Amino acid sequence: MSTGLSARTSLRRRFVNGFMLSLTWIAAVLATLPLLFVLFYLLEKGVTSLNWAFFTHLPHPPSMPGGGAANAIVGTLVIVAGASVLGVPVGIGAGIYLAERKGAPLAVFVRFLADVLNGLPSIVMGIFAWELVVVPMGHFSALAGALALGAMMIPTVTRTTEEMVRVVPSPLREAALALGYTQWRTSLRIVLPTALAGILTGVLVALARIAGETAPLLFTAFGNDFWSLSMNQPIAALPLQIFNYAISPYDDWHAQAWAGALVLIALVLVISLLARAATRSGFARASE
Amino acid sequence: MPVSDANALLGAGDTALASPAPRMEVRGLDAFFGKVHAVKDVSMAIPEHRVTAIIGPSGCGKSTFLRTLNRMHETIPTAYIRGTVHLDGEDIYAPGVDAVSVRRHVGMVFQRPTAFPTMSIRGNVAAGLGVLRAVGERFDVEERVEEALRRAALWDEVKDRLDASALGLSGGQQQRLCIARALAMEPGVLLLDEPTASLDPISTEKVEALVHQLRDGVTVVIVTHNMEQAARVSDQTAFFLHGEMVELSPTSDLFTRPRDSRTEAYITGRFG
Amino acid sequence: MVDEVRAGASGEAENTPTEPPRAGIAIHGGGAGDRIYSVVITVFALAVPALLLLIFAVVTNAAWPALKTFGFGFLTSSDWDPVNDVYGAAPALYGTLVSSFLALIIATPLALGVAIFLSEFAPPWLRRPVAFLVDLLAAIPSVVYGLWGIFVLIPILRSYVMPFLRDTLHLGATPFFSGPAYGPSMLAAGVILAIMILPYISAVSREVLMAVPRSQREAALALGATRWEMLWGAAIPFARSGIAGGVILGLGRALGETMAVTMVIGNRQEIAASLLAPGYTMASLIANQFTEATSDLNLSALMAVGFVLFVVTLIVNAGARWLVWRTSREAGI
Repeated sequence: MSTGLSARTSLRRRFVNGFMLSLTWIAAVLATLPLLFVLFYLLEKGVTSLNWAFFTHLPHPPSMPGGGAANAIVGTLVIVAGASVLGVPVGIGAGIYLAERKGAPLAVFVRFLADVLNGLPSIVMGIFAWELVVVPMGHFSALAGALALGAMMIPTVTRTTEEMVRVVPSPLREAALALGYTQWRTSLRIVLPTALAGILTGVLVALARIAGETAPLLFTAFGNDFWSLSMNQPIAALPLQIFNYAISPYDDWHAQAWAGALVLIALVLVISLLARAATRSGFARASE
Repeated sequence: MPVSDANALLGAGDTALASPAPRMEVRGLDAFFGKVHAVKDVSMAIPEHRVTAIIGPSGCGKSTFLRTLNRMHETIPTAYIRGTVHLDGEDIYAPGVDAVSVRRHVGMVFQRPTAFPTMSIRGNVAAGLGVLRAVGERFDVEERVEEALRRAALWDEVKDRLDASALGLSGGQQQRLCIARALAMEPGVLLLDEPTASLDPISTEKVEALVHQLRDGVTVVIVTHNMEQAARVSDQTAFFLHGEMVELSPTSDLFTRPRDSRTEAYITGRFG
Repeated sequence: MVDEVRAGASGEAENTPTEPPRAGIAIHGGGAGDRIYSVVITVFALAVPALLLLIFAVVTNAAWPALKTFGFGFLTSSDWDPVNDVYGAAPALYGTLVSSFLALIIATPLALGVAIFLSEFAPPWLRRPVAFLVDLLAAIPSVVYGLWGIFVLIPILRSYVMPFLRDTLHLGATPFFSGPAYGPSMLAAGVILAIMILPYISAVSREVLMAVPRSQREAALALGATRWEMLWGAAIPFARSGIAGGVILGLGRALGETMAVTMVIGNRQEIAASLLAPGYTMASLIANQFTEATSDLNLSALMAVGFVLFVVTLIVNAGARWLVWRTSREAGI
């Protein structure tokens, strides 16, 4: 009698267990579906619109077919490079500080603020750069865009650098100190080179994140239909061009937007894959 | 200068008076981690050209003691010491003495090999030499590297691949590389903190043989949890227990005629 | 015995024939170099709070004229009239909150499901690919989501989902699903935001679930609990505040998300109860109107919207980080 009762309960419990388990399977399928959906359309619409001219020509007016986004691709690279120059040194420096002074009150505070900064809307960064650079200069510029994106890189680079410096085995640090190295020499000559692959990964992850940013560029880099490499002038950027073409009423431009999106995603993915490769080579070297 | 009879340094002060100054001399040393009193009132003379072994159960303060000898102890936050440590008659804890310079004269090798992963074999041995150049010493780097590798009995094994990554070496080779790296600095004293703890028996044997040879050129202090090892390589042995130095005797005496009952209990395996 | 040695050593001290000190011990130190190095990295570290403070100061300063002119009414007024220079952010504030909460309602169960799947139930060979695909969702730029939203999502919503919700399910009788289905709408914004924040919520939840100590899980399983009972009874309660932190982190992302939302929400300055109607969010209001601002006060009003967005996301993020930090600290102990 009692065994029958317990058998029935366990049947019900087994059912609940199985039901919940299948729900999580469904969730996993539903969560991966949008990605496949997005990638499918990107490929379908992007590939048909993509041609050599896209990489070599300047944008054309909507009535004239055959334009490209050469200036926007280059512009994105210029802005991202500028952002790295501004953001990477600060991020690495702050990351080293956090790793070396783990428990210090200032370190706890800075770590927390870096996370908060990471969550700040990108458009607020745009406002910030607009006020700080565009208003005093009197015009839009690549520099303003680079400042906005550079500020966005800082928290990511900071936190990955911290992680990577922290996992450098402390005996290595001790060995350097025991050899008569000063603290700074130990940091720069032994710890940083050992953590380099990891730090590079962090920088690449940050780059991948900002390369597709649009909102902060709307009123900083602004966009430009012509060639420009100057940090002092408005500059074209791929995400901006995608946005402008997407909300336009012209089919030609819609096609260009899809082509641009495909190129942008490819750029982001290449950077991400490089990041993975950097991590792997780092691990391989450390565990060899 | 070589102390003819290590026994003379041990025990009562009057016999010590008769011999020349020891290479290092520790007096009334206490070491702390915050409130934890890790080493209690230890005094010890470390004679030149001799191997001094420090044994004791884990947690007895032997490694902490070793790290006070080159001021590595203080690299741990909240760690500090009381007492004095003299190196060639100079107090290494005196105001104005820089810990970093002390470490150039007192080398150290750790439990696990700490070859620098981003450097070649040559780069590892030369790693400390840049520091010496920075303070104005002049020497031929290649010569120093070769000499250090020869002294560490590693030259023949690596001379054809000096530019290869140090991580390609076996654990035992890496440990001897670390010894070579320390020797390249031409330190007066070499501290070994359980240098064979992570090595296989054959590598251990090589390192032990090396330690034995080294004492002609350098004063060695070795911490080990392995009593046989202490017996094999050292001239005098100190037994530590609960942060105190229970006994310091010539090695042969300590293992055959211990003066303290606690030492006897330890070496006969009754605890630890 | 110890005393004896010590006495011997110190007795010897007066008589020690002092050799000349070995050269160099006290001379060349790392002192100055280390101090400089320490100052340099501290300055870099201080750059982070300084940057945040600077952003706050700059945005507040720019928003000040509008905040002073309209006061608290800025948040409650629905007027946005550049001709008469009168501005109120109520529709944008409303749209931001509604679209974000809609996104949370859609994304949270899915993200939790994925997190549980990946941390507990997934066969080992499936773990890495699924985790990779979900993480990849976070790598797609906002503007690409927007493009996809305009040309793929909105037509689907307009032709299938909206008629289904309104007519087939008869939800049109409620104010939330009434009115014509144009396509660009609060619903579209909510759906696209849900896709965008899903990876963030799922990543944090997975992390805190993985951080649940083995002992906790095994204790429950040893008592005869099924996997699900172990999860529900032991793991989830343990990870609860961390999961809450992940959800709030996702909320923070949704509140500030700009491009995708701007492209699909319809950008209408009106508060409508229906999710099928177009709306506005604070971020999309700024993105749309910034370069077209006609007066200084108009510009300042947009800055004030940015200021409100800044403060709201700051609070939300700080809260989320605190929750996640608390969980990981408990797991650490």
